[in-house]
Amino acid sequence: MLRQHDGDEQKGMSGNMELLEVRNVSKHYKNFSLENIDFVLPKGYIMGYVGQNGAGKSTTLNIITNICKCVEGEVYVNGITCAEDAVRYKEYIGYIGDEFYYPDNFTVKNIRGILKNFYTTFSPEKFDELVKKWKLSDKMKVKDFSRGMKVKLMFASVLSRDTKLLVLDEATNGLDPVMRVEVLRLMQEYIADGERSVIFSTHILSDLEQIADYIFFIHDGKKVLYDAKDELLESYLLVKGERKAVTAELRRQLIGMVDNAYGFEAILPSDKADLLTSELYFEKPSIDQIVVHYIKDKK
Amino acid sequence: MRIIISNQSELPIYAQIKEQLKEQILNGQIPEGSTLPSIRQLAKEIGVSVITTTRAYSDLEAEGFIATMQGKGSVVLSKDNSMLQEQYLLRIEEGLTTAIETARVMGLPEEELNRIFQNLLHG
Repeated sequence: MLRQHDGDEQKGMSGNMELLEVRNVSKHYKNFSLENIDFVLPKGYIMGYVGQNGAGKSTTLNIITNICKCVEGEVYVNGITCAEDAVRYKEYIGYIGDEFYYPDNFTVKNIRGILKNFYTTFSPEKFDELVKKWKLSDKMKVKDFSRGMKVKLMFASVLSRDTKLLVLDEATNGLDPVMRVEVLRLMQEYIADGERSVIFSTHILSDLEQIADYIFFIHDGKKVLYDAKDELLESYLLVKGERKAVTAELRRQLIGMVDNAYGFEAILPSDKADLLTSELYFEKPSIDQIVVHYIKDKK
Repeated sequence: MRIIISNQSELPIYAQIKEQLKEQILNGQIPEGSTLPSIRQLAKEIGVSVITTTRAYSDLEAEGFIATMQGKGSVVLSKDNSMLQEQYLLRIEEGLTTAIETARVMGLPEEELNRIFQNLLHG
């Protein structure tokens, strides 16, 4: 399912089908390194960026938004790098993190004024429409907003600009289920015309399971899995049973075996299903289960 | 047209969409010549990924149920096309095979099975 990218001829050229290209990006800190992260996200699709706390999710997303300078490798958004045209690059991106980024004492009105001065594509009408739709008070100071209201305000400010890429870093954190579903719906509406894409990180993998087209799974700064979600889900089986039913050959193929008092659970590549015996039980795994067993395997 | 996605189903989501559309095309609930919602529209409506609905549609296309035309969307094909005829024949064979197997299990004589078939056919 993944597109092949051999050769450099298409790299960074406008008019191609990739909205986001992350090419061999590495970044080294004292205690942590992001190593050779390389992926593409075509126009009109959603990518879920998955991993544990500290795995390098925010570092990657911050490199994409250029909050964090990219030292090795390159990032293209809609065909350009930030170095080529920083203003256009930043106009293309809408970013929402799990922290609210407007000063406490601001009101919706203040924020509207700032956005108008800052972004050429900002539409005050669209902003007002969303503020009204989500019933955000324009007189209240934002520090008195609930978490849900703050998220809505960030979405209003991003969606009222003409962006191409939404970068959401744990944006659904701390939201109630109703609001989370609403955010997922917003993402789907955002990509509906096939011209814009979303990359989002989350701990709530059931969110991903529904709407993500691609999954990138990072652990300890390195890629673990990267594929179309449907392919990923079909590539593995969740196997359960008694340990004594596991042959040596099967044991070598099982990923992240977890024991309990009465049996074990592990992930098995689907193409090794012929190693299973009738004493073992297997079923479709969730993304959660694939991730948990992979991380278990890395420890 | 109705599509219900179950998270408990053993079938992957793309297959659930495909099977349900197929069923409704075969029983005429989705008439030939009608246009299905676009891949992106459907993904948004039922809250699944675009890749998932794309796969369902391309499978339906490969099996001769629909044709996707640039700018026109995905149209349900006429039941006269040969690929679809094959699908119908396959379903008939499947149904009859089940009947034959059941008859064998209970040891029903061939002429008795034939009589039931004729009765049903003309009854």
